[in-house]
Amino acid sequence: MTRRLSPLILGVAVCLFHIVPFFIMLNLSLKLRTDTSSKWVTPGYLYPDNFINAWNEADLGRALGNNIVITAASVALVISVGALAAYPLARYPSRWNNFIYTLSIAMLIVPPLTILVPLYKFVVDLHGINTYWAITLVEVTFALPLAIFMFTGFIKTIPRELDEAALIDGCPRYQIFFRIIMPLLKPVTATLIIITGLAVWNDFQFSLFFLQRKAVMTVPLVLSQFISMYQSDIAWVAAGCLIAMLPMAAVYFFLQKYFVSGLAEAAIKG
Amino acid sequence: MGVLTTTGSRTRKFMSSPVMLNLMYVPALVLFALFVFFPITQGLKWSFTNWNGYLPRYSWVGWTQYTRILTDPKTQRSIINTFIYGLGSTILQNILGLGYALFLNGTSRAKSLVRTIVYFPAIISPLIMGYVWYFLFQYDGGALNDILVMLGRQPLDWLGNGPRAVWLMTLVNTYQFMGVAMMIYLAGLQAIPRECLEAASIDGAAGLNRFRYVTLPLLMPAVTFSMVINIIGGFKLFDVIWAMTLGGPGYASHSLSSMMYDLYFSRQDAGYAAALGNVMFLIIAVISISTLTYLRRKEVEL
Repeated sequence: MTRRLSPLILGVAVCLFHIVPFFIMLNLSLKLRTDTSSKWVTPGYLYPDNFINAWNEADLGRALGNNIVITAASVALVISVGALAAYPLARYPSRWNNFIYTLSIAMLIVPPLTILVPLYKFVVDLHGINTYWAITLVEVTFALPLAIFMFTGFIKTIPRELDEAALIDGCPRYQIFFRIIMPLLKPVTATLIIITGLAVWNDFQFSLFFLQRKAVMTVPLVLSQFISMYQSDIAWVAAGCLIAMLPMAAVYFFLQKYFVSGLAEAAIKG
Repeated sequence: MGVLTTTGSRTRKFMSSPVMLNLMYVPALVLFALFVFFPITQGLKWSFTNWNGYLPRYSWVGWTQYTRILTDPKTQRSIINTFIYGLGSTILQNILGLGYALFLNGTSRAKSLVRTIVYFPAIISPLIMGYVWYFLFQYDGGALNDILVMLGRQPLDWLGNGPRAVWLMTLVNTYQFMGVAMMIYLAGLQAIPRECLEAASIDGAAGLNRFRYVTLPLLMPAVTFSMVINIIGGFKLFDVIWAMTLGGPGYASHSLSSMMYDLYFSRQDAGYAAALGNVMFLIIAVISISTLTYLRRKEVEL
Protein backbone atom coordinates (compact mmCIF):
# COMPACT_ATOMS: atom_id res chain seq x y z
CA MET A 1 0.00 0.00 0.00
CA THR A 2 2.66 2.51 1.01
CA ARG A 3 4.72 1.50 -2.03
CA ARG A 4 1.83 2.52 -4.26
CA LEU A 5 0.87 5.55 -2.27
CA SER A 6 4.21 7.29 -1.87
CA PRO A 7 4.82 7.94 -5.61
CA LEU A 8 1.32 9.36 -5.77
CA ILE A 9 1.97 11.74 -2.88
CA LEU A 10 5.29 12.71 -4.40
CA GLY A 11 3.58 13.37 -7.73
CA VAL A 12 0.94 15.59 -6.17
CA ALA A 13 3.61 17.48 -4.21
CA VAL A 14 5.63 18.04 -7.38
CA CYS A 15 2.57 19.37 -9.20
CA LEU A 16 1.64 21.71 -6.36
CA PHE A 17 5.18 23.07 -6.19
CA HIS A 18 5.21 23.78 -9.90
CA ILE A 19 1.79 25.39 -9.92
CA VAL A 20 2.28 27.71 -6.90
CA PRO A 21 3.79 30.69 -8.79
CA PHE A 22 0.98 30.64 -11.32
CA PHE A 23 -1.60 30.32 -8.58
CA ILE A 24 -0.20 33.42 -6.85
CA MET A 25 -0.23 35.34 -10.13
CA LEU A 26 -3.84 34.37 -10.83
CA ASN A 27 -4.85 35.34 -7.30
CA LEU A 28 -3.18 38.72 -7.59
CA SER A 29 -4.71 39.48 -10.95
CA LEU A 30 -8.23 38.97 -9.59
CA LYS A 31 -7.91 41.14 -6.50
CA LEU A 32 -8.89 44.74 -5.87
CA ARG A 33 -5.92 47.00 -5.13
CA THR A 34 -7.48 47.75 -1.75
CA ASP A 35 -7.60 44.06 -0.88
CA THR A 36 -4.66 43.48 1.46
CA SER A 37 -5.46 39.88 2.34
CA SER A 38 -2.73 37.26 2.05
CA LYS A 39 -1.58 36.43 -1.48
CA TRP A 40 -2.48 32.81 -0.81
CA VAL A 41 -6.17 33.54 -0.22
CA THR A 42 -8.42 33.53 -3.27
CA PRO A 43 -10.72 36.55 -3.50
CA GLY A 44 -14.37 35.78 -2.90
CA TYR A 45 -15.46 38.11 -5.70
CA LEU A 46 -15.00 38.60 -9.43
CA TYR A 47 -13.12 41.72 -10.49
CA PRO A 48 -12.16 41.70 -14.17
CA ASP A 49 -11.13 45.39 -14.31
CA ASN A 50 -7.45 44.56 -13.78
CA PHE A 51 -7.44 42.72 -17.09
CA ILE A 52 -9.26 45.51 -18.93
CA ASN A 53 -6.94 48.15 -17.51
CA ALA A 54 -3.83 46.14 -18.28
CA TRP A 55 -4.99 45.48 -21.82
CA ASN A 56 -5.71 49.17 -22.48
CA GLU A 57 -2.85 50.79 -20.56
CA ALA A 58 -0.15 48.50 -21.91
CA ASP A 59 -1.69 48.50 -25.39
CA LEU A 60 -1.39 44.74 -25.42
CA GLY A 61 -3.52 44.39 -28.55
CA ARG A 62 -1.06 46.26 -30.72
CA ALA A 63 1.88 44.48 -29.08
CA LEU A 64 0.33 41.10 -29.85
CA GLY A 65 -0.05 42.20 -33.47
CA ASN A 66 3.65 43.11 -33.59
CA ASN A 67 4.53 39.75 -32.07
CA ILE A 68 2.52 37.92 -34.70
CA VAL A 69 4.09 39.83 -37.61
CA ILE A 70 7.68 39.40 -36.39
CA THR A 71 7.25 35.75 -35.40
CA ALA A 72 5.49 34.73 -38.61
CA ALA A 73 8.04 36.48 -40.84
CA SER A 74 10.99 35.06 -38.90
CA VAL A 75 9.67 31.50 -38.92
CA ALA A 76 8.89 31.62 -42.66
CA LEU A 77 12.38 32.91 -43.45
CA VAL A 78 14.20 30.49 -41.14
CA ILE A 79 12.41 27.53 -42.70
CA SER A 80 12.97 28.56 -46.31
CA VAL A 81 16.55 29.83 -46.02
CA GLY A 82 17.48 26.93 -43.72
CA ALA A 83 16.02 24.18 -45.91
CA LEU A 84 17.59 25.66 -49.07
CA ALA A 85 21.00 25.85 -47.43
CA ALA A 86 20.79 22.35 -46.03
CA TYR A 87 20.25 20.60 -49.38
CA PRO A 88 23.67 21.12 -51.00
CA LEU A 89 25.35 20.72 -47.59
CA ALA A 90 23.71 17.33 -47.09
CA ARG A 91 24.00 16.02 -50.65
CA TYR A 92 27.36 17.32 -51.89
CA PRO A 93 29.75 17.16 -48.94
CA SER A 94 32.77 18.54 -50.77
CA ARG A 95 35.58 19.85 -48.61
CA TRP A 96 34.37 23.42 -49.09
CA ASN A 97 30.76 22.51 -48.29
CA ASN A 98 31.83 20.66 -45.17
CA PHE A 99 33.66 23.77 -44.09
CA ILE A 100 30.50 25.86 -44.63
CA TYR A 101 28.50 23.31 -42.64
CA THR A 102 30.94 23.32 -39.72
CA LEU A 103 30.94 27.10 -39.76
CA SER A 104 27.14 27.20 -39.55
CA ILE A 105 27.05 24.71 -36.71
CA ALA A 106 29.82 26.51 -34.84
CA MET A 107 27.51 29.48 -34.73
CA LEU A 108 25.21 27.52 -32.44
CA ILE A 109 27.59 28.37 -29.62
CA VAL A 110 28.10 32.04 -30.51
CA PRO A 111 26.08 33.69 -27.79
CA PRO A 112 24.25 36.50 -29.59
CA LEU A 113 24.60 38.90 -26.71
CA THR A 114 28.34 38.93 -26.78
CA ILE A 115 28.14 40.72 -30.12
CA LEU A 116 25.09 42.84 -29.31
CA VAL A 117 27.09 46.06 -28.97
CA PRO A 118 28.57 45.99 -32.50
CA LEU A 119 25.38 44.43 -33.87
CA TYR A 120 23.33 47.28 -32.42
CA LYS A 121 25.70 49.84 -33.94
CA PHE A 122 25.46 48.09 -37.32
CA VAL A 123 21.63 48.09 -37.25
CA VAL A 124 21.68 51.79 -36.28
CA ASP A 125 23.87 52.48 -39.34
CA LEU A 126 21.42 50.56 -41.55
CA HIS A 127 18.57 52.70 -40.12
CA GLY A 128 17.01 49.46 -38.91
CA ILE A 129 16.08 50.49 -35.36
CA ASN A 130 12.29 50.37 -34.86
CA THR A 131 11.69 48.46 -38.09
CA TYR A 132 10.17 45.03 -38.51
CA TRP A 133 12.76 43.95 -41.06
CA ALA A 134 15.82 44.50 -38.87
CA ILE A 135 14.53 42.59 -35.86
CA THR A 136 13.27 39.84 -38.18
CA LEU A 137 16.63 39.44 -39.96
CA VAL A 138 18.49 39.35 -36.65
CA GLU A 139 16.13 36.73 -35.22
CA VAL A 140 16.44 34.71 -38.43
CA THR A 141 20.23 34.83 -38.42
CA PHE A 142 20.48 33.45 -34.91
CA ALA A 143 17.84 30.77 -35.48
CA LEU A 144 19.43 29.58 -38.74
CA PRO A 145 22.29 27.43 -37.37
CA LEU A 146 19.86 25.08 -35.63
CA ALA A 147 17.62 24.95 -38.72
CA ILE A 148 20.57 24.11 -40.97
CA PHE A 149 21.75 21.49 -38.49
CA MET A 150 18.36 19.78 -38.27
CA PHE A 151 17.49 20.02 -41.98
CA THR A 152 20.91 18.69 -43.02
CA GLY A 153 20.61 15.80 -40.59
CA PHE A 154 17.16 14.98 -41.88
CA ILE A 155 18.02 15.21 -45.60
CA LYS A 156 20.93 12.81 -45.02
CA THR A 157 18.42 10.19 -43.89
CA ILE A 158 16.48 10.47 -47.18
CA PRO A 159 17.86 7.79 -49.57
CA ARG A 160 20.06 9.24 -52.30
CA GLU A 161 18.44 6.85 -54.78
CA LEU A 162 15.41 9.12 -54.83
CA ASP A 163 17.52 12.01 -56.16
CA GLU A 164 19.29 9.76 -58.66
CA ALA A 165 16.05 8.27 -59.99
CA ALA A 166 14.67 11.76 -60.54
CA LEU A 167 17.88 12.81 -62.29
CA ILE A 168 17.70 9.83 -64.63
CA ASP A 169 14.07 10.64 -65.38
CA GLY A 170 15.28 14.02 -66.62
CA CYS A 171 14.42 16.20 -63.65
CA PRO A 172 16.89 19.11 -63.60
CA ARG A 173 19.12 19.01 -60.54
CA TYR A 174 17.93 22.27 -59.06
CA GLN A 175 14.32 21.06 -59.25
CA ILE A 176 14.96 17.85 -57.33
CA PHE A 177 14.96 19.81 -54.10
CA PHE A 178 11.62 21.46 -54.75
CA ARG A 179 9.87 18.44 -56.25
CA ILE A 180 11.30 15.50 -54.33
CA ILE A 181 12.97 16.62 -51.11
CA MET A 182 10.83 19.51 -49.91
CA PRO A 183 7.59 17.54 -49.54
CA LEU A 184 9.46 15.04 -47.35
CA LEU A 185 10.68 17.65 -44.88
CA LYS A 186 7.33 18.10 -43.12
CA PRO A 187 8.13 16.49 -39.73
CA VAL A 188 11.38 18.35 -39.15
CA THR A 189 9.74 21.55 -40.41
CA ALA A 190 6.99 21.20 -37.80
CA THR A 191 9.61 20.85 -35.08
CA LEU A 192 11.54 23.87 -36.30
CA ILE A 193 8.42 26.02 -36.57
CA ILE A 194 7.77 25.34 -32.89
CA ILE A 195 11.35 25.86 -31.69
CA THR A 196 11.90 29.04 -33.73
CA GLY A 197 8.41 30.39 -33.15
CA LEU A 198 8.79 29.99 -29.40
CA ALA A 199 12.21 31.65 -29.29
CA VAL A 200 11.15 34.63 -31.40
CA TRP A 201 7.79 35.05 -29.68
CA ASN A 202 9.40 35.15 -26.23
CA ASP A 203 12.48 37.13 -27.19
CA PHE A 204 13.17 40.09 -24.97
CA GLN A 205 16.79 40.99 -25.35
CA PHE A 206 17.06 41.62 -29.11
CA SER A 207 13.74 43.44 -29.00
CA LEU A 208 14.96 45.62 -26.14
CA PHE A 209 17.85 46.81 -28.30
CA PHE A 210 16.14 47.09 -31.68
CA LEU A 211 12.54 48.10 -30.91
CA GLN A 212 12.50 51.33 -28.95
CA ARG A 213 9.30 53.00 -30.20
CA LYS A 214 6.03 52.05 -28.61
CA ALA A 215 4.34 51.42 -31.97
CA VAL A 216 6.61 48.48 -32.85
CA MET A 217 7.12 46.98 -29.40
CA THR A 218 6.34 43.32 -28.73
CA VAL A 219 4.52 41.90 -25.71
CA PRO A 220 7.51 41.36 -23.39
CA LEU A 221 8.67 44.92 -24.08
CA VAL A 222 5.38 46.67 -23.39
CA LEU A 223 4.99 44.51 -20.32
CA SER A 224 8.36 45.58 -18.94
CA GLN A 225 7.51 49.24 -19.60
CA PHE A 226 4.09 48.82 -18.09
CA ILE A 227 5.60 47.31 -14.99
CA SER A 228 8.13 50.07 -14.45
CA MET A 229 5.25 52.57 -14.68
CA TYR A 230 2.77 50.80 -12.40
CA GLN A 231 5.12 49.17 -9.91
CA SER A 232 2.75 49.86 -7.04
CA ASP A 233 -0.23 48.45 -8.87
CA ILE A 234 0.82 44.83 -8.74
CA ALA A 235 -2.66 43.53 -9.61
CA TRP A 236 -2.52 45.17 -13.04
CA VAL A 237 0.93 43.82 -13.59
CA ALA A 238 -0.19 40.30 -12.73
CA ALA A 239 -3.18 40.63 -15.05
CA GLY A 240 -0.89 41.86 -17.84
CA CYS A 241 1.46 38.91 -17.35
CA LEU A 242 -1.43 36.48 -17.42
CA ILE A 243 -2.79 37.90 -20.68
CA ALA A 244 0.69 37.85 -22.18
CA MET A 245 1.27 34.17 -21.46
CA LEU A 246 -2.13 32.99 -22.70
CA PRO A 247 -1.44 32.73 -26.47
CA MET A 248 1.63 30.51 -26.03
CA ALA A 249 -0.09 28.49 -23.31
CA ALA A 250 -3.00 27.80 -25.68
CA VAL A 251 -0.64 26.72 -28.46
CA TYR A 252 1.21 24.47 -26.00
CA PHE A 253 -1.87 22.67 -24.78
CA PHE A 254 -3.13 21.97 -28.30
CA LEU A 255 0.19 21.06 -29.92
CA GLN A 256 1.94 19.57 -26.90
CA LYS A 257 3.00 16.47 -28.80
CA TYR A 258 5.07 18.53 -31.25
CA PHE A 259 6.82 20.55 -28.56
CA VAL A 260 8.14 17.41 -26.96
CA SER A 261 8.83 15.21 -30.01
CA GLY A 262 11.00 17.93 -31.54
CA LEU A 263 13.20 18.06 -28.47
CA ALA A 264 13.44 14.29 -28.37
CA GLU A 265 14.54 14.17 -32.00
CA ALA A 266 17.21 16.78 -31.47
CA ALA A 267 18.42 15.02 -28.33
CA ILE A 268 18.77 11.59 -29.82
CA LYS A 269 20.29 12.66 -33.11
CA GLY A 270 22.42 15.44 -31.63
CA MET B 1 22.03 25.86 -85.34
CA GLY B 2 24.45 23.22 -84.23
CA VAL B 3 26.48 25.80 -82.32
CA LEU B 4 23.35 27.13 -80.61
CA THR B 5 22.33 23.73 -79.29
CA THR B 6 25.80 23.08 -77.91
CA THR B 7 25.91 26.36 -75.98
CA GLY B 8 22.31 25.79 -74.90
CA SER B 9 23.02 22.38 -73.50
CA ARG B 10 26.28 23.58 -72.03
CA THR B 11 24.47 26.30 -70.12
CA ARG B 12 21.92 23.81 -68.98
CA LYS B 13 24.62 21.39 -67.96
CA PHE B 14 26.37 24.12 -66.00
CA MET B 15 23.09 25.26 -64.44
CA SER B 16 22.41 21.79 -63.18
CA SER B 17 25.91 20.89 -62.04
CA PRO B 18 26.29 20.24 -58.31
CA VAL B 19 28.41 23.37 -57.95
CA MET B 20 25.51 25.59 -58.96
CA LEU B 21 23.45 24.06 -56.18
CA ASN B 22 25.82 25.72 -53.76
CA LEU B 23 23.99 28.94 -54.59
CA MET B 24 21.27 27.60 -52.33
CA TYR B 25 23.25 28.39 -49.19
CA VAL B 26 24.24 31.87 -50.28
CA PRO B 27 21.28 33.60 -48.53
CA ALA B 28 22.25 31.95 -45.24
CA LEU B 29 25.90 32.92 -45.69
CA VAL B 30 24.95 36.53 -46.45
CA LEU B 31 22.96 36.71 -43.21
CA PHE B 32 25.83 35.20 -41.21
CA ALA B 33 28.30 37.58 -42.80
CA LEU B 34 26.20 40.67 -42.11
CA PHE B 35 24.85 39.93 -38.65
CA VAL B 36 27.55 37.71 -37.12
CA PHE B 37 30.98 37.96 -38.77
CA PHE B 38 30.94 41.67 -39.47
CA PRO B 39 29.79 42.56 -35.93
CA ILE B 40 32.48 40.25 -34.49
CA THR B 41 35.20 42.17 -36.34
CA GLN B 42 33.65 45.48 -35.34
CA GLY B 43 33.43 44.34 -31.72
CA LEU B 44 37.13 43.53 -31.79
CA LYS B 45 37.84 46.98 -33.15
CA TRP B 46 35.66 48.89 -30.65
CA SER B 47 37.17 46.97 -27.74
CA PHE B 48 40.49 48.73 -28.42
CA THR B 49 38.91 52.20 -28.41
CA ASN B 50 37.21 54.48 -25.90
CA TRP B 51 34.15 54.91 -28.14
CA ASN B 52 31.06 56.05 -26.22
CA GLY B 53 28.53 54.32 -28.46
CA TYR B 54 27.00 57.44 -30.01
CA LEU B 55 29.47 60.00 -31.29
CA PRO B 56 31.66 59.16 -34.27
CA ARG B 57 34.72 60.37 -32.34
CA TYR B 58 36.95 57.89 -30.52
CA SER B 59 40.61 57.18 -29.96
CA TRP B 60 42.65 54.01 -29.75
CA VAL B 61 43.44 52.93 -26.22
CA GLY B 62 45.16 49.59 -26.75
CA TRP B 63 44.42 46.94 -24.16
CA THR B 64 43.09 49.43 -21.60
CA GLN B 65 39.49 48.19 -21.80
CA TYR B 66 40.67 44.64 -21.14
CA THR B 67 42.94 45.59 -18.25
CA ARG B 68 40.03 47.59 -16.75
CA ILE B 69 38.23 44.27 -16.30
CA LEU B 70 41.04 43.13 -14.00
CA THR B 71 40.67 46.13 -11.72
CA ASP B 72 36.89 46.66 -11.78
CA PRO B 73 35.18 44.90 -8.86
CA LYS B 74 31.68 45.46 -10.31
CA THR B 75 32.58 43.66 -13.50
CA GLN B 76 34.39 40.91 -11.64
CA ARG B 77 31.28 40.41 -9.54
CA SER B 78 29.22 40.09 -12.73
CA ILE B 79 31.67 37.53 -14.15
CA ILE B 80 31.38 35.43 -10.98
CA ASN B 81 27.59 35.79 -11.11
CA THR B 82 27.56 34.69 -14.74
CA PHE B 83 29.35 31.51 -13.71
CA ILE B 84 26.86 30.90 -10.92
CA TYR B 85 23.93 31.49 -13.27
CA GLY B 86 25.46 29.35 -15.99
CA LEU B 87 27.05 26.44 -14.15
CA GLY B 88 24.66 26.52 -11.17
CA SER B 89 21.54 26.23 -13.23
CA THR B 90 23.13 23.70 -15.60
CA ILE B 91 24.00 21.38 -12.72
CA LEU B 92 20.67 21.83 -10.93
CA GLN B 93 18.58 21.47 -14.09
CA ASN B 94 20.31 18.28 -15.09
CA ILE B 95 20.20 16.62 -11.69
CA LEU B 96 16.54 17.54 -11.17
CA GLY B 97 15.65 16.84 -14.81
CA LEU B 98 17.19 13.37 -14.61
CA GLY B 99 15.48 12.67 -11.29
CA TYR B 100 12.11 13.76 -12.67
CA ALA B 101 12.65 11.73 -15.83
CA LEU B 102 13.37 8.55 -13.86
CA PHE B 103 10.34 9.22 -11.67
CA LEU B 104 7.97 10.11 -14.52
CA ASN B 105 9.10 7.60 -17.14
CA GLY B 106 6.04 5.64 -18.19
CA THR B 107 2.82 5.85 -20.11
CA SER B 108 0.25 6.37 -17.36
CA ARG B 109 -2.04 9.35 -17.74
CA ALA B 110 -1.11 10.75 -14.31
CA LYS B 111 2.59 10.77 -15.22
CA SER B 112 1.88 12.45 -18.51
CA LEU B 113 -0.12 15.15 -16.71
CA VAL B 114 2.73 15.83 -14.27
CA ARG B 115 5.17 16.03 -17.22
CA THR B 116 2.91 18.58 -18.93
CA ILE B 117 2.86 20.72 -15.80
CA VAL B 118 6.61 20.51 -15.16
CA TYR B 119 7.42 21.43 -18.77
CA PHE B 120 4.91 24.27 -19.01
CA PRO B 121 7.13 27.13 -17.68
CA ALA B 122 9.64 26.47 -20.47
CA ILE B 123 7.25 27.88 -23.07
CA ILE B 124 6.72 31.17 -21.23
CA SER B 125 8.80 34.26 -21.83
CA PRO B 126 11.60 34.26 -19.21
CA LEU B 127 10.77 37.90 -18.54
CA ILE B 128 7.23 37.01 -17.49
CA MET B 129 8.56 34.06 -15.48
CA GLY B 130 10.77 36.55 -13.65
CA TYR B 131 7.80 38.77 -12.81
CA VAL B 132 5.75 35.80 -11.67
CA TRP B 133 8.47 34.87 -9.16
CA TYR B 134 8.88 38.50 -8.22
CA PHE B 135 5.32 38.32 -6.85
CA LEU B 136 6.58 35.65 -4.45
CA PHE B 137 9.88 37.25 -3.44
CA GLN B 138 8.70 40.85 -3.20
CA TYR B 139 9.50 42.50 0.14
CA ASP B 140 6.28 44.44 0.52
CA GLY B 141 3.37 42.03 0.24
CA GLY B 142 5.21 39.19 -1.49
CA ALA B 143 3.64 35.77 -1.13
CA LEU B 144 6.59 34.30 0.81
CA ASN B 145 6.59 37.17 3.27
CA ASP B 146 2.86 36.66 3.78
CA ILE B 147 3.73 33.20 5.10
CA LEU B 148 6.54 34.54 7.32
CA VAL B 149 4.22 37.18 8.78
CA MET B 150 1.52 34.60 9.33
CA LEU B 151 4.04 32.51 11.28
CA GLY B 152 4.80 35.57 13.40
CA ARG B 153 8.26 36.18 11.87
CA GLN B 154 9.79 39.33 10.41
CA PRO B 155 9.35 39.72 6.65
CA LEU B 156 12.57 39.09 4.75
CA ASP B 157 13.94 41.23 1.92
CA TRP B 158 14.59 38.19 -0.28
CA LEU B 159 16.15 40.02 -3.21
CA GLY B 160 17.82 42.74 -1.11
CA ASN B 161 20.93 40.67 -0.52
CA GLY B 162 23.19 40.32 -3.57
CA PRO B 163 24.47 36.74 -3.25
CA ARG B 164 21.04 35.49 -2.18
CA ALA B 165 19.38 37.25 -5.13
CA VAL B 166 21.87 35.56 -7.46
CA TRP B 167 21.02 32.12 -6.10
CA LEU B 168 17.29 32.79 -6.10
CA MET B 169 17.44 33.79 -9.77
CA THR B 170 19.51 30.70 -10.53
CA LEU B 171 16.69 28.70 -8.95
CA VAL B 172 14.08 30.58 -10.99
CA ASN B 173 15.97 29.78 -14.18
CA THR B 174 16.25 26.16 -13.04
CA TYR B 175 12.54 25.97 -12.26
CA GLN B 176 11.70 27.36 -15.68
CA PHE B 177 13.90 25.11 -17.80
CA MET B 178 14.29 21.86 -15.85
CA GLY B 179 11.30 20.55 -17.81
CA VAL B 180 13.43 20.73 -20.93
CA ALA B 181 16.15 18.60 -19.34
CA MET B 182 13.47 16.21 -18.11
CA MET B 183 12.02 15.77 -21.61
CA ILE B 184 15.47 15.20 -23.10
CA TYR B 185 16.24 12.53 -20.50
CA LEU B 186 12.86 10.89 -21.03
CA ALA B 187 13.61 10.63 -24.73
CA GLY B 188 17.03 9.22 -23.87
CA LEU B 189 15.53 6.66 -21.47
CA GLN B 190 13.07 5.52 -24.09
CA ALA B 191 15.91 5.04 -26.58
CA ILE B 192 17.62 2.50 -24.29
CA PRO B 193 16.79 -1.01 -25.54
CA ARG B 194 14.82 -3.06 -23.05
CA GLU B 195 17.15 -6.03 -23.61
CA CYS B 196 20.10 -4.13 -22.13
CA LEU B 197 18.24 -3.49 -18.90
CA GLU B 198 16.91 -7.04 -18.76
CA ALA B 199 20.33 -8.54 -19.41
CA ALA B 200 21.72 -6.39 -16.61
CA SER B 201 19.01 -7.59 -14.26
CA ILE B 202 19.74 -11.22 -15.13
CA ASP B 203 23.41 -10.59 -14.42
CA GLY B 204 22.36 -9.43 -10.99
CA ALA B 205 22.60 -5.67 -11.40
CA ALA B 206 19.74 -3.93 -9.64
CA GLY B 207 18.78 -0.51 -8.35
CA LEU B 208 21.64 1.91 -8.10
CA ASN B 209 24.15 -0.44 -9.68
CA ARG B 210 22.03 -0.94 -12.74
CA PHE B 211 21.60 2.82 -13.04
CA ARG B 212 25.29 3.50 -12.53
CA TYR B 213 26.67 0.87 -14.93
CA VAL B 214 23.92 0.42 -17.52
CA THR B 215 21.38 3.23 -17.68
CA LEU B 216 23.71 6.20 -17.19
CA PRO B 217 26.35 5.24 -19.79
CA LEU B 218 23.62 4.61 -22.36
CA LEU B 219 22.09 7.96 -21.46
CA MET B 220 25.27 9.93 -22.14
CA PRO B 221 24.20 11.34 -25.53
CA ALA B 222 21.17 12.90 -23.84
CA VAL B 223 23.41 14.19 -21.03
CA THR B 224 25.74 15.83 -23.54
CA PHE B 225 22.92 17.50 -25.44
CA SER B 226 21.14 18.70 -22.32
CA MET B 227 24.29 20.00 -20.61
CA VAL B 228 25.45 21.95 -23.64
CA ILE B 229 22.13 23.68 -24.30
CA ASN B 230 21.80 24.48 -20.59
CA ILE B 231 25.28 25.99 -20.44
CA ILE B 232 24.61 28.18 -23.46
CA GLY B 233 21.23 29.19 -22.02
CA GLY B 234 22.39 29.79 -18.45
CA PHE B 235 25.38 31.94 -19.31
CA LYS B 236 23.25 34.44 -21.17
CA LEU B 237 20.71 34.95 -18.38
CA PHE B 238 19.24 38.40 -18.83
CA ASP B 239 15.43 38.51 -18.82
CA VAL B 240 15.00 37.13 -15.31
CA ILE B 241 17.52 39.64 -13.93
CA TRP B 242 15.73 42.44 -15.73
CA ALA B 243 12.43 41.35 -14.18
CA MET B 244 13.58 40.64 -10.63
CA THR B 245 16.46 42.91 -9.59
CA LEU B 246 17.68 44.98 -12.57
CA GLY B 247 21.13 43.89 -11.45
CA GLY B 248 20.73 45.25 -7.93
CA PRO B 249 21.13 45.83 -5.09
CA GLY B 250 23.82 48.09 -6.51
CA TYR B 251 25.61 45.97 -9.04
CA ALA B 252 25.50 42.80 -6.96
CA SER B 253 23.35 40.56 -9.15
CA HIS B 254 24.36 41.62 -12.66
CA SER B 255 25.35 39.01 -15.19
CA LEU B 256 27.78 39.93 -17.95
CA SER B 257 24.91 40.39 -20.37
CA SER B 258 22.90 42.75 -18.19
CA MET B 259 26.14 44.53 -17.31
CA MET B 260 26.86 45.09 -21.00
CA TYR B 261 23.43 46.63 -21.55
CA ASP B 262 23.99 48.93 -18.59
CA LEU B 263 27.45 49.93 -19.84
CA TYR B 264 26.23 50.74 -23.33
CA PHE B 265 22.97 52.53 -22.63
CA SER B 266 23.34 53.96 -19.12
CA ARG B 267 27.07 54.61 -18.82
CA GLN B 268 27.89 55.12 -22.52
CA ASP B 269 30.98 53.04 -22.22
CA ALA B 270 30.65 51.12 -25.49
CA GLY B 271 34.33 50.27 -25.88
CA TYR B 272 34.35 48.59 -22.47
CA ALA B 273 31.05 46.83 -23.22
CA ALA B 274 32.53 45.46 -26.45
CA ALA B 275 35.61 44.20 -24.59
CA LEU B 276 33.38 42.45 -22.05
CA GLY B 277 31.40 40.90 -24.89
CA ASN B 278 34.58 39.47 -26.40
CA VAL B 279 35.68 38.07 -23.05
CA MET B 280 32.28 36.48 -22.53
CA PHE B 281 32.39 35.04 -26.05
CA LEU B 282 35.68 33.35 -25.25
CA ILE B 283 34.49 32.03 -21.90
CA ILE B 284 31.30 30.49 -23.29
CA ALA B 285 33.03 29.04 -26.35
CA VAL B 286 35.78 27.43 -24.27
CA ILE B 287 33.40 26.03 -21.67
CA SER B 288 30.83 24.65 -24.09
CA ILE B 289 33.40 23.14 -26.44
CA SER B 290 35.34 21.49 -23.63
CA THR B 291 32.12 20.16 -22.06
CA LEU B 292 31.09 18.82 -25.43
CA THR B 293 34.37 17.03 -26.11
CA TYR B 294 34.63 15.71 -22.54
CA LEU B 295 31.11 14.29 -22.55
CA ARG B 296 31.37 12.95 -26.10
CA ARG B 297 34.28 10.82 -24.96
CA LYS B 298 32.08 9.29 -22.25
CA GLU B 299 29.40 8.20 -24.70
CA VAL B 300 29.26 4.51 -25.51
CA GLU B 301 28.26 2.92 -28.78
CA LEU B 302 25.54 0.30 -28.70
